[in-house]
This record gives sequence, C-alpha cells and structure tokens, in this order.
Amino acid sequence: MAHDHHDHDYDHEHGSELSETQIRVRALESILTEKGYVDPAALDLLIETYEKKVGPHNGARVIAKAWSDPDFRRRLLQDATPAIATVGYAGRQGEHIVALENTPQTHHMVVCTLCSCYPWPVLGLPPVWYKSAPYRAKAVIDPRGVLKDFGVELPAETEIRVWDSTAEIRYLVVPQRPAGTEGWSEERLATLVTRDSMIGTGLPKSPGEVA
Amino acid sequence: MGPGSRSQRSLGRDDRLISPKAARFAARALPDLPQDADGPVFGEPWEAQAFAMTLALHERGLFKWPEWAAALAAEIKRAQAAGDPDTGETYYHHWLNALERLVAEKGVTDTSTLARYQHAWDHAADRTPHGEPIELSPQDFHDHD
Repeated sequence: MAHDHHDHDYDHEHGSELSETQIRVRALESILTEKGYVDPAALDLLIETYEKKVGPHNGARVIAKAWSDPDFRRRLLQDATPAIATVGYAGRQGEHIVALENTPQTHHMVVCTLCSCYPWPVLGLPPVWYKSAPYRAKAVIDPRGVLKDFGVELPAETEIRVWDSTAEIRYLVVPQRPAGTEGWSEERLATLVTRDSMIGTGLPKSPGEVA
Repeated sequence: MGPGSRSQRSLGRDDRLISPKAARFAARALPDLPQDADGPVFGEPWEAQAFAMTLALHERGLFKWPEWAAALAAEIKRAQAAGDPDTGETYYHHWLNALERLVAEKGVTDTSTLARYQHAWDHAADRTPHGEPIELSPQDFHDHD
C-alpha cells in the first residue's frame, strides 16, 4: 500500500506535550524533591544504570543491520526514518531521524536539549550529562575534550562534527564496525552497539569486551 | 556472564546515589516486577522514574518492601475488579497509583497538592516551544488560561 506523507494531526506548533502519566510522574517527583525526599541527581544516576533496560532498543539492531546489509545501510543513510521503521519501530519519538555515518575521516557527535521527543525507543535513555548546560556547551566548543572525558581518543586527523538535535531532526550515529567481527550475525553484532556509540560520545564495544 | 564481569560505568562519584544493589534487592522483594536475569526492565522511561522514586523513598525509610508490596497488590486488585486485563503492560500504572496513594497516606503530600503540581506541569508543557526541555517555573502555578 502506498504511503502518503500527510503529517499526523498532532499540533506541535504551540507547545510540547506530556502524557497524563508523564505529568503525574513529574508532579510527584517535583513534590518529593521540594520536600527533600528524593534527589533528582541521584534518581537520574540510578535510572542511567537502566539505560539498557528501557524500551525496545531498536537502535542497536538498526546499526547491526547497517553493518551487515549494504542495501539497508544505503537506505538508512538516504532516509533513516522509513529504514528504521522496517526494523520494527515506527513511533512518534523516533520520527525524522537522520543517520550520520562515522568514518576514519569523520566522527559525528550529537548534542540534544532533551525535549519531550528525544528518541529513546531507538537510542535508549539519554545520558545524564545531556541535561547539563555546561557540558552541552563544552561539547560544541571542545568536542575532542568531551570525548576524552568519556575515554575516547580519536586520531588527530579525524574531523569531529557536532550536531544539535532540533525539534524537527534527531540524529542517529552509525559507528564504524569494529575490527575482528567478520562473519558475525546481526544479533551478535548488536551486542557491540552501545547507546553512547549511537550518539557519538563513545565507540562500539570490541569483540573482546562481549566474549 | 559471571558476577562482577559486567563492566559497570563508575558510579562511585556520588555518595547520594541509590545503589543498583538496592534495586536488585527490590526486584527480589517484588516477584511480579517485570525483570530479566539482571534486574528490572521498563517499557518506557517514566516507569524507570517511578521505580527510582520508590527506591529512594524506601531508602529514606518511608516504608518497608512488604508494605509497598501490599499497597501495590491492593492497587492491582482494585484495577482487576474494574476490568484491568492484567497483561503486565499496566503494571507500572498500578505502581504509580500505589505510589501516589502511599505518599498521601504517609502525609508526605495530599491529593490536592498532587493535582496542583500536575496542572502546573501540564501548563509548563503547553508553554514550552516544541524542541525545548520542559521545566517547571513559578508562573505555571498561577496562570490559568
């Protein structure tokens, strides 16, 4: 069936949206924080430990497929949204995604204001530092330094490009396939793909790390 | 995957941290909790948020796990009586209901305060341009348009 490109009738022009449930959770957290029962920073850190335990985690499958299927890779880089949908996720928060391919020459890194449409179903939960304005600013001014903070050192000749997520466009970094993974199945490759590697603040795991 | 073989990101940087170990303990205390071999799993980020808040309140000593389990069980029972299909999809909705009810019972807050903050967050979302983070500000408690 042909698919037309009419937008869904969601009104995004006049503000953001939170579901009733999200509103209830935020309200409760505000109250508990004000009363000193919870510390949002501690909650964030705990939640971050569940980074791999929230949502469908399609991103890793998308990347693994791009690594092993040249045709899919081409479609992903051309128009990521429908390509991602074929791997099984097509939801509002994952819409309008642009895939950026890392190469030996270019490393992409994404910063984000963490608005209500952060594509968590694809990328997993955002890192805590995404919320920190100074860190975001540093990512723009000194991306190499931020990468170093994350323990990632790239060759001096690799250009680092920083992308700022907007309301319209979210980015998915396609990291370079690790060496030593020849002949691996998509499923096995997916175990190497980390959240951080899909936002460009990390690299995929090496085969030795998941042995 | 043996114990300790998973390379956890360093978490020792913050003393206030709620420990993942406490979370695993909670998972054992609450057998119906959606979980895999490593511990709890969540369908959406808000579920992890609700779980983390509950863990924090437990560590603050607001309740013990048996009391929480009873509150949650009562909520699930109420929902089933009202026709909840009990597919597991709604688990964290029951969880949130139980959490709201229990903090009110403990006198931490009350339903009118909850409603006031919910209204404020709704207002904050409405006035926040799409693409920017939604944050609560004092005006959200006063504007009524």
